[in-house]
Amino acid sequence: MRLYLLWTDILVWILVAAIMFGGWRLLRSPLAKETWYRIFYAKTAMASSIVLLFYLGFALLDSIHFKQVEPAKGGSIVSVLDMAMSHQRSVSERTYSAPFASHEYVMSVISDPKSGKPVQRYLPLKHVQDGNILEESIIGIGVGLLLAIGLVMLHIRWRGGHAWRSYARDVWFGKSSLPWRTAYAVFTILTLLVVWMYVMSFSCHVLGTDKVGGDVLYAALKSIRTGVLIGTLTTLITLPLAVLLGVAAGYFRGWVDDLIQYLYTTLSSIPGVLLIAAGVLMMQVVMDSHPEWFASTIERSDLRLLFLVVILGVTSWTGLCRMLRAETLRIAKMDYVVAAKAFGVSRWRIMLRHIVPNLMHIILISIVLDFSGLVLAEAVLSYVGVGVDPTMYSWGNMINQARLEMAREPMVWWSLTASFVFMFLLVLAANLLSDRVQQVLDPRRAA
Amino acid sequence: MLTYIFRRILYAIPILIGVNLITFMLFFVVNTPDDMARAQLGAKQTTPEMIQAWKAEKGYDKPLFYNSDAEGIEHVTDTLFVRESLKLFMFDFGVSDANRNIAEDIKARMGPSLSIALPTFLIALITNISLALLLVLFRGSVFDLSMMIAAVMIMSVSGLFYIIAGQVLFSKMWHWVPISGYESGWESIRFILLPVAIGVFSGLGSGVRWYRSIFLEQITQDYVRTARAKGLSEIAVLFRHVLPNGMLPILTGVVVIIPSLFMGSLVMESFFGIPGLGSYTIDAINAQDFAIVKAMVFLGSVLYIAGLILTDLSYTLFDPRVTL
Repeated sequence: MRLYLLWTDILVWILVAAIMFGGWRLLRSPLAKETWYRIFYAKTAMASSIVLLFYLGFALLDSIHFKQVEPAKGGSIVSVLDMAMSHQRSVSERTYSAPFASHEYVMSVISDPKSGKPVQRYLPLKHVQDGNILEESIIGIGVGLLLAIGLVMLHIRWRGGHAWRSYARDVWFGKSSLPWRTAYAVFTILTLLVVWMYVMSFSCHVLGTDKVGGDVLYAALKSIRTGVLIGTLTTLITLPLAVLLGVAAGYFRGWVDDLIQYLYTTLSSIPGVLLIAAGVLMMQVVMDSHPEWFASTIERSDLRLLFLVVILGVTSWTGLCRMLRAETLRIAKMDYVVAAKAFGVSRWRIMLRHIVPNLMHIILISIVLDFSGLVLAEAVLSYVGVGVDPTMYSWGNMINQARLEMAREPMVWWSLTASFVFMFLLVLAANLLSDRVQQVLDPRRAA
Repeated sequence: MLTYIFRRILYAIPILIGVNLITFMLFFVVNTPDDMARAQLGAKQTTPEMIQAWKAEKGYDKPLFYNSDAEGIEHVTDTLFVRESLKLFMFDFGVSDANRNIAEDIKARMGPSLSIALPTFLIALITNISLALLLVLFRGSVFDLSMMIAAVMIMSVSGLFYIIAGQVLFSKMWHWVPISGYESGWESIRFILLPVAIGVFSGLGSGVRWYRSIFLEQITQDYVRTARAKGLSEIAVLFRHVLPNGMLPILTGVVVIIPSLFMGSLVMESFFGIPGLGSYTIDAINAQDFAIVKAMVFLGSVLYIAGLILTDLSYTLFDPRVTL
């Protein structure tokens, strides 16, 4: 087994490194630190960032891939999350089964072993072991509780130092400088849920199985990576384009400005979905004619995800660019920029040191604001047929399949419900956080 | 006024040429006519002669940007790019892979698209604005707060879920309206009801929040304080002062959409089986019919630019400071 990073894995880890570096730089500046304090002073911001961290954790676990070189495994590529869920990957059921069920959801015709006549039976599931659901739940919840409390205690000890007792008391009564009590509560609930579901997944299908007998919980967990990646990596493409072109247009003005304005007006006048659809259609043609670019289906779908992210990025930088251009125009007239010019500071230095730092609030607002929109867009694009690869786990693909299941009688509701809950939590958390970020950073809304 | 409109239309031409260039790059440079011919004729047993014949039949046998065989100005004009662009500017979209006239199809499908999009747009506009005004009237109260929480929740659900949930509840379980389909004339109301309701509801969250923030921005202005000082009631302040002054930012965001209503909604139409332009596009994407996608991209851009021009014109109606 050896480490085998896909293209998107590499980009994700670059992004993580960039965020870490940015965070470290921010912590050095007392002003920025205070702004972050103000953002997280709200309970909603604290709670939603804990939720987001959980999602990010799953996405990162799913972004470390290994290639199994043992001949028995046939060189398949698996992630850390796959390995943790290998008990679900190794067994596949035949068809639908409800959450926690021990038998299949639809009757099958089999020949009766005694009389030899065909009879209709609910067949038992392969993966389900005879066990007491209640007993196992208690074990799961117990382990989860221990884990959560242990981690919370560790954090309290780390933050409180030697005076951790009085610090713990402050947290308990809600007197700490930041609403840590809320954060710990959310953390405990989520840890309990995750551990409980994980423990239960060893003996049954917690969220049921889909049409071909795949575990729905596994599919929903694997979809996290797709959603989070589309939401975050797109900004990796958008930001450089928007910042570079926006600042250049606002600072240089003249023909540079005209050209850049023409560029983004043209791009933004094409309806978004259609431009993305056109881009993805062409990408399919290119990928079909270059089969040597990928060795396996997982690499193929990964490449397609990468292209989709690039297409989304190239089509969605115009709004931010327009805003940055307007703000740069305003800042460039300010006294301190004029003074810097008079002192003979070079153009690039003025842009880097005096203009870009003052655009940070707009950039940050747009990053968090775009995230939830992109996660939602993935579902719609997959439905339209221009989203991620159909073989890839994603909420959009799950909804797409579940759409037909709702027409069945009796209804197969768990796939749709699972993707709904997973998506809703992520998008709601992102929306709440972006609201708070906007409230603190946007000078117009702070008034 | 007329000269202004004329000038704006002239400004639109370079943008449309740019749009054409982008679509041309996507559809002809990335996917060359040779590739298209191979895809159309089937990968096996295609001789170069067959490809040439197919290209000649479709008129794709010219060079892309520069024709070295031609004379004078025709170096540039007798090329695939100029020919294809001119056709689009004439609204001649050619024929689809199924050998149907695309322009005719588009004309026939605009009606059904509009019959969903227009009511959704109007009803959403009215409900969003009235709800936002109500929230501003009770700003800071528990009602306001709980509605804002509800708005964030509504925003956080993917539109696909509203459609699926609506179809299951209202059509499958309660049998109030048919699940999908379309008829022309007044009969169509049965089919339109559910998509319109879902369209209005799914846009409620973001819509109400946006209008509320516009009105709240107005309510801190001096003229509102003056109006209150005159002894006007809060309702009179809202309707006579805040609403008209809020119209300007509202117009900026709303008028630009109006022409694009013709394009319909991709997801809504395909879920409800409405034979409009949205489902037309989705079918074309799934069938990889590039001619239709190309036509829709061009049409969408034309309608968007028309929306921008309309926005500027609407300022002259609502803002006395703006004259053209």
